[in-house]
Amino acid sequence: MSTAAVETAEAPRESRPIVTYKKGYDWGRIGNLVAIAAIVFWCLAPFYWMLVLAFRDNANTFDNTPWFTDVTMDNFRYAFDTEFNAFGRSLVNSLIISVSVTVLSMVIAVFAGYALSRLVFRGKSIVLAAILGASMFPGVAILTPLFQLFGDFGWLGTYHGLILPQVSFALPLAVYTLTSFFADMPWELEEAAKVDGCTPLQAFRKVIIPLAAPAMFTTAILVFLASWNEYLLSSVLSKGDTAVAPSTVAIVNFTAGPHIVPYTQTMAAGVIVTIPLVIVVLIFQRRIVSGLTAGGIKG
Amino acid sequence: MSIVSEPIAENAARGRKNRRKRSGRNGGLHSGDGRMALYLLGPTMIMLALIVGYPVLNAIYKSFLTDPGLDDSTGLFNEGNDWNGTANYAHWILQRCNAVGGGTESCPAGNLGSQFWDSVWVTLGFTVVTVIIEVIIGMLFALMMHQAFRGRSLVRVAVLIPWAVPTAVIAKLWVVIFDPQGVLNNVLGTSFAWTSEAGPARMAIVIADVWKTTPFIALLILAGLQGISSEVYESAKVDGANAWQRFWRITLPLVKPALAVAVIFRALDVLRMYDLPWVLTQGSNGTQTISILVVKELASKLNSAAALSTITFVLIFAIALALVRLFNANIVDRGTR
Repeated sequence: MSTAAVETAEAPRESRPIVTYKKGYDWGRIGNLVAIAAIVFWCLAPFYWMLVLAFRDNANTFDNTPWFTDVTMDNFRYAFDTEFNAFGRSLVNSLIISVSVTVLSMVIAVFAGYALSRLVFRGKSIVLAAILGASMFPGVAILTPLFQLFGDFGWLGTYHGLILPQVSFALPLAVYTLTSFFADMPWELEEAAKVDGCTPLQAFRKVIIPLAAPAMFTTAILVFLASWNEYLLSSVLSKGDTAVAPSTVAIVNFTAGPHIVPYTQTMAAGVIVTIPLVIVVLIFQRRIVSGLTAGGIKG
Repeated sequence: MSIVSEPIAENAARGRKNRRKRSGRNGGLHSGDGRMALYLLGPTMIMLALIVGYPVLNAIYKSFLTDPGLDDSTGLFNEGNDWNGTANYAHWILQRCNAVGGGTESCPAGNLGSQFWDSVWVTLGFTVVTVIIEVIIGMLFALMMHQAFRGRSLVRVAVLIPWAVPTAVIAKLWVVIFDPQGVLNNVLGTSFAWTSEAGPARMAIVIADVWKTTPFIALLILAGLQGISSEVYESAKVDGANAWQRFWRITLPLVKPALAVAVIFRALDVLRMYDLPWVLTQGSNGTQTISILVVKELASKLNSAAALSTITFVLIFAIALALVRLFNANIVDRGTR
């Protein structure tokens, strides 16, 4: 398997000179296109099917025609119908929870990230190890304790009962990503600004904030997406209460009353959740990749 | 954490030396750093202590207490929260249940206690199989993406989409695709009841997980590949190394750090897998992961679930340490390097 990959992979390298006027086919370029097509197909084919079903009349769910047939908007109308589901409400809940988690964890994490990347102090390695340990912490291991504790507090099925645990999961991720971004920033500019006559506050406002803003923004996107996609904690700690449950819980619990399998309607709801995420990915692709690899591997 | 502390300590020392040099140049930055760090790290540490530390310690304590319920030996209702010793742990690990008339017996088939080891093996099986498949295909994808000089941004968007969409939503999509009358059977010309037989149900979960995560792994490996200078390849080529040798002798050793991180983080993710098997099968037909078992136990017996949570934590922690050792990976250092 790998031989083939390397061979197709090697060919373009030789044809790298900007314009090639070779006779016949450029096999490297064709191999390259096939490879790209394969990856794109892998990633998007299931979504194509989601889209087809979302627009297909429920009676023809198992038609399995590979293109758009029996097109209807009913599924989307049904998705927002409040008789059986609270999907519209769940989108609002998701937004409230995810924005709160992002803002709270960013505010707290920025200070920690600054300290870990800029300051020299005893026990730094222990703090880093503790934060990393927390980021590896399995959700189930904390689920039972939180369920017990929040049950005692009467916090089950409340917004803060859903937001606080997610903040504690987002924090290690945010601190970690911010620390690695901050460590690479040209902090000497701060000193330079002071030498040039800026007050510390001016140096912070005019030099540090513009420098750190992209890193913070990237981290915030990652935290937001992680929170938007969370299911296990939300499903248990919300106790399925539709007043606070986020969209992941609403979609998993999607029903249509007796004797109806609401596949097409669920797919419509899925499309509604997916489209904003696709837009976010389209706009911020470079940032997301840099954030993922900064938190993942330092090249 | 002890095994990762060596590299950190080393790194911290290195950092300290560098910093001292730098602060000497820039004029005294390190006076009062300790107190400043305490203030800046305080909020993070307090949050983690309150929402992770305290509940976990509390749960460890409660895992040694009884649950409220009918006392089988007396036939009376018991308020629970009495000292229970290690009985909750024995319930899971040794699969002992309270017997009628006192004492313990082997848990009956329907009891969750009897499903503990099955769940452990199922979870470990999923972990090994999915991570191996994902790393192989992810490596392939990464090599293809690395060579692509056209359509790179298209591929980047495509690869990010499965990662960005919630697993719970994706799982619903797979439920539809895997339906006996669904499109997969239609395309393959088969008639599997994908989610209601052990073999196909496990395969379905592996397929869905591999589909979602392989692009993400490819992205991590690609970042590693991009860090390799092309000069290394050029000189190897001059020395007469063929493509196969270049892959094994150059590419693989140089992406190993990236690969190790991807494998460790993925393994930890699969070990706590919940969304996908829960939505696809509700844990039936030999697909019950440990996480599903915890959630099921949570519905009735909190203290017993606390014991299971603790066991899970210890298990995952042990595997994490073993993997870090195995790959000799220096994951703690990454942030500060």
